[in-house]
Amino acid sequence: MTEPLLSIRDVHKGFGGFKAVDGISFDVPRGSIAGLIGPNGAGKTTLFNIISGLYSTDSGEVILDGVRLTGKAPHQVFGSGLARTFQIPRPFPAMTVLENLMIVPRPQAGEKFWNNWIRPGAVKAQEEELRAKAEQVLAFCNLTQVAGSEAQNLSGGQHKLLELARILMADPKIILLDEPAAGVNPTLMRDLVDRILELNAQGYTFLIIEHNMDVVMSVCDPIFVMAQGRLLYQGNAAGVRSDASVLDAYLGETI
Amino acid sequence: MIGVLSYLIFFMILALVFGIAVLGLNLQWGYTGLFNAGVAGFLAIGGYAMAILTGPSREAVFGGFELPFLVGLIGAMGAAGLGGIIIGLVTLRLRGEYLAVATFGIAVTIQLVCLNWEYLTGGTLGLIGIPNPTHELASAPLAQNAIFLAMVVALTALVYWGLQRIVNAPWGRVLKAIREDEIAAESLGKNPALIRLTSFVLGCMLMGLGGALYVAFIGFVSPFDFLPIITFQIWTMLIVGGSANNRGAILGAIVVWAVWTGSGYIISQIVPPEFQAQSGAMQAVLIGLILVLSLLFRPRGLIGEKLHVSRHAKL
Ligand SMILES: Nc1ncnc2c1ncn2[C@@H]1O[C@H](COP(=O)(O)OP(=O)(O)OP(=O)(O)O)[C@@H](O)[C@H]1O
Ligand SMILES: [Mg+2]
Repeated sequence: MTEPLLSIRDVHKGFGGFKAVDGISFDVPRGSIAGLIGPNGAGKTTLFNIISGLYSTDSGEVILDGVRLTGKAPHQVFGSGLARTFQIPRPFPAMTVLENLMIVPRPQAGEKFWNNWIRPGAVKAQEEELRAKAEQVLAFCNLTQVAGSEAQNLSGGQHKLLELARILMADPKIILLDEPAAGVNPTLMRDLVDRILELNAQGYTFLIIEHNMDVVMSVCDPIFVMAQGRLLYQGNAAGVRSDASVLDAYLGETI
Repeated sequence: MIGVLSYLIFFMILALVFGIAVLGLNLQWGYTGLFNAGVAGFLAIGGYAMAILTGPSREAVFGGFELPFLVGLIGAMGAAGLGGIIIGLVTLRLRGEYLAVATFGIAVTIQLVCLNWEYLTGGTLGLIGIPNPTHELASAPLAQNAIFLAMVVALTALVYWGLQRIVNAPWGRVLKAIREDEIAAESLGKNPALIRLTSFVLGCMLMGLGGALYVAFIGFVSPFDFLPIITFQIWTMLIVGGSANNRGAILGAIVVWAVWTGSGYIISQIVPPEFQAQSGAMQAVLIGLILVLSLLFRPRGLIGEKLHVSRHAKL
């Protein structure tokens, strides 16, 4: 077995007396599309927030490709090669969709303000590159026709695609998606799944929170099941379907 | 005729000097969303730095280095920038109205220091005899002011150009991202603390430049030049002109300064002498009224924000 790409080790997080994440450990293998499922309030998004540096941990640590992420600020976590989307999309609302994408890659010469005075040529050249790349990614995510729109005018499903498109502008080692299919219509959802599979074939590793079981069962392996802050089960789709504790956590829903 | 012309020149000098400070505030608030309610404090730092660096030496008061005007300008920007770094480091973890309260308090503190630290600032008397560089170039007051105006126009143009270059660019895009959604921006690899501080300090430097020009033009500096009402005026200029638009910032400075001085004149003509003492308060109320009307009927200002940020990303 090769080294896991992302390793979560005994992570705890409480809010007041409430234990949102209560000792979670699991490994995401390199090159996999891992799924993270569980009932509402299980602590999945909280775990994403811990991994991406938005929340501190009470104890435990997160390791990405041998590098400890715990204690890093969100921008440093991103710099280490981990990109995540948000369950409730967070576009830059009054910016064009194109610029929502162009802002992402690092380093950008023009992000140092003085370069815009003393090296305008280099900034311009880089902007043209970024723009070309953004146009490719927009096409890949079916967003070309809204490239010039203000991001806040997009539909709910398009916001989800924009979340994905933005992080594809970077070259992360692992992509964390928080409910990418929520609110996305079935046709678009098939597109989305195809995109994820295509990216995975190109070598991207994923960790995906998703309530849509068709999506999870068809693309995710391994699957991690969380409930009440704890890891209930890990295994493949067939194992998840047949495990009694998982069925119990979902109160007998058919999954 | 000459009277009107010389008044117009005088008016435009002050309008553009304030305009430079408004451009600084626009960088902070318009582009980055930093609520700096202490503009007067940074004008004061720039103004006093100018006075200390270029003014005549005097007994029992620090400074009076009689340095060249240009050194005074650069020194004033440096001093205000340094003040910005120190104040920024302690306050920028604060957000929104908390930052406003903190910066407001700091500006009041700076004003009190100007009032009381006599060795540095000359206390209530202020510092007088600050050389105006145009006095060496011409003897007629009209010509002197015309030269000063030409210089202020040139400086405003330079500041405008410099700002447009960096805000309509990847740097400005990051500022806007942080203003719109700091959490999204940091999750996409941007360092909000550093970027907020940079924008804050650059804005403070422009306020320092405005304060220095003001002092050099008026020829003296006193703590009463930097009362909180100045902060209020600069803010109104920005909101009326159009936040996050540098042309709007300059236009707002001219329009609001016109209303301020115009109303002062009208009040002096129509209000009976026994109420003249309240004329300043009446002007302030009028400015407040414009601010409210602007927020109600033209919240984006006379010239509002453009959608595209980087000039390389126009569609
Ligand atoms: N910042 C916070 N402060 C207090 N409680 C929080 C905070 N963030 C999350 N929680 C609580 O932690 C629990 C887990 O929330 P979380 O968002 O991680 O659930 P989830 O598994 O993502 O659920 P869903 O599937 O509904 O998105 C919830 O009870 C939530 O109220
Ligand atoms: Mg969630």
